[in-house]
Amino acid sequence: MATPLVELKDISIAFGGVKAVDHVSLDLYPGEVVGLLGHNGAGKSTLIKCLSGAYRKDAGEILINGKHAEINNPRDARAHNIETIYQTLALADNLDASANLFLGRELTTAFGTVDDGRMEAETRKIMGRLNPNFQKFHAPVSALSGGQRQSVAIARAVYFNAKILIMDEPTAALGPQETQMVAELIQELKREGLGIFLIDHDVHQVKELCDRAAVMKNGQLVGVVKVDEVSTDDLLAMIIAGKKPEHLAA
Amino acid sequence: MSDQTAAPAQPQRRSFLSTLEVDTRLLGMIGAFVIVCLVFNVLTDGRFLTPRNIFNLSIQTVSVAIMATGMVFVIVTRHIDLSVGALLATCTAVMAMTQTQILPQMMGLEIGHPLIPWITVLVGLLTGALIGGFQGYLIGYQMIPAFIVTLGGLLIWRNVAWHMTDGQTIGPLNETFLLFGGINGTLGVFWSWIVGLAAAAAAAVGLLMARRTKISHGFPVKPMWAEVAVIGAVIAAILGFVAVLNSYTVPDRVVARDLARWGCETAENCNAAYGIPYSVLLLIVVAVVMTVIAQRTRLGRYIFATGGNPDAAELSGINTKMLTVKIFAMVGVLCALGGIVASARLGYHTNDIGTLDELRVIAAAVIGGTALSGGVGTIYGAIIGALIMQSLQSGMAMVGVDAPYQNIVVGFVLVLAVWIDIQYRKFSGAK
Repeated sequence: MATPLVELKDISIAFGGVKAVDHVSLDLYPGEVVGLLGHNGAGKSTLIKCLSGAYRKDAGEILINGKHAEINNPRDARAHNIETIYQTLALADNLDASANLFLGRELTTAFGTVDDGRMEAETRKIMGRLNPNFQKFHAPVSALSGGQRQSVAIARAVYFNAKILIMDEPTAALGPQETQMVAELIQELKREGLGIFLIDHDVHQVKELCDRAAVMKNGQLVGVVKVDEVSTDDLLAMIIAGKKPEHLAA
Repeated sequence: MSDQTAAPAQPQRRSFLSTLEVDTRLLGMIGAFVIVCLVFNVLTDGRFLTPRNIFNLSIQTVSVAIMATGMVFVIVTRHIDLSVGALLATCTAVMAMTQTQILPQMMGLEIGHPLIPWITVLVGLLTGALIGGFQGYLIGYQMIPAFIVTLGGLLIWRNVAWHMTDGQTIGPLNETFLLFGGINGTLGVFWSWIVGLAAAAAAAVGLLMARRTKISHGFPVKPMWAEVAVIGAVIAAILGFVAVLNSYTVPDRVVARDLARWGCETAENCNAAYGIPYSVLLLIVVAVVMTVIAQRTRLGRYIFATGGNPDAAELSGINTKMLTVKIFAMVGVLCALGGIVASARLGYHTNDIGTLDELRVIAAAVIGGTALSGGVGTIYGAIIGALIMQSLQSGMAMVGVDAPYQNIVVGFVLVLAVWIDIQYRKFSGAK
């Protein structure tokens, strides 16, 4: 098979005496969605934050396209085309949609000043594609609904040609319609060849959206399975009991 | 999605103010300032709104207003700087020592050498930047709360200044340096009009350019008559201010002291007027530069983003630690600028220069609508805040209000202003 887009090798990270992630290895291929399942505190978010640069791993190695990658902060991650959509919606509430979309990567004029006009035009373009009903271009994002805010966050990742997308419970704050919109978007991004890590609580959604599911418990990897080969009950059993289903535990 | 009903169809009838697209908060603050002025004008039988008093008011405000523009950035990023008054004192002490002792005695530049004032200013700005930057390093990289670092700084820098000067008043300061003090250095009638006209033209061109940019991207713009009305109001305000300062005529006895400066043969019938003081010009330049930083640069964008959501800023790849260093270094530079104006206005460096300025500066920023919860604040707001504070203080002094009541009123106004701002935000639906 081709080289994995991402290889996480033997990653460990501890906070105080607690091993939040304990020697976990996981890979991700282009055009693939890998779901990360587990209880609260199982270590899914922590593991993924080592990839997005929010945390620094204690041990282990990250390979991007088969090459060693040093990721110490979010800027390093962005340099490797890794974009993250956080559960907590990492938007600056006091700024408008285009300021958030371009935050950290503003378009500038010839004088080096920020080019608000061009940024707003670009924002209107991409939002027209992702969420055509979006109109509040001049309101601070604090005035937007959960779905609108999420579409700004996703637009940010899409606009900057992410190769590796990390979504941390992207639909947790959304209604059914908006969840459907995000699901369609994930399929679209997948077709474009992105690799996506999807952290979720909902096993049904993981079975529906993902190709493979990785289950974690107490900081350790229980197992990685193809979602077609397991039932939702199998996945639940893995999450709760921390054991691979018997028909796969060869 | 959920915004279908709310957004697209703009109601046909829009209110007059929303058509003009002017900032209602700005209008409110100007309104409050005008009311303060009118009330004092009545209470002082018309002495408050004379050209002479407006001139004095503007030069008294400059030092605090310059520092308040920097305090906006500090408070927007959820920090505080309690050390600005003390830092100002250290900067003026360094500058006073530089121009009266170090340069003439140790470097051999004789008193009055044309390079002295400029080297002094450079040394002062550098001192401010270094001290401010160091405090920013302790806050940003070492994670010590800004309140603690600058509270320590308040004690340290106030007394470093004392130690350097042995508590003595240092002076007289260099003649050129004194030009930044206010009444000693003004543009005169002709150049004041030139500056006023240039500023008015720049404002008009700027507003029209912004309109053209909007049109070129196909964004909605306000009707042309509204644009013209706003431009007209701005031009009227600028030229009106110049006209007032130009009608403060120089008393004959002052002209008699220096006939050449006022361009007259004799002191009688000279009709020279002061015009715009250099210090006010300095404040205007600072205000423009700081506003451009706030609204048109990445630095400003990051300052506001960090204030709105520090985690989001960090995750977006913004180096918030270095940002903190830059902000506090900027405040340090502004303290030095404020110090130049303050010491030049006095003519000396005194041991108590800038005492309690930290509170005036913070109050000015807060009255001007800067929210301590972070993410919100404007440069013009801080300057109007400083003007309101200074008007209250000198107005009450003119009326003859006893000193304790003066401070009680100022304290009351500070709390009231923030309360009104909170109510306004609730009412207008902003956060």
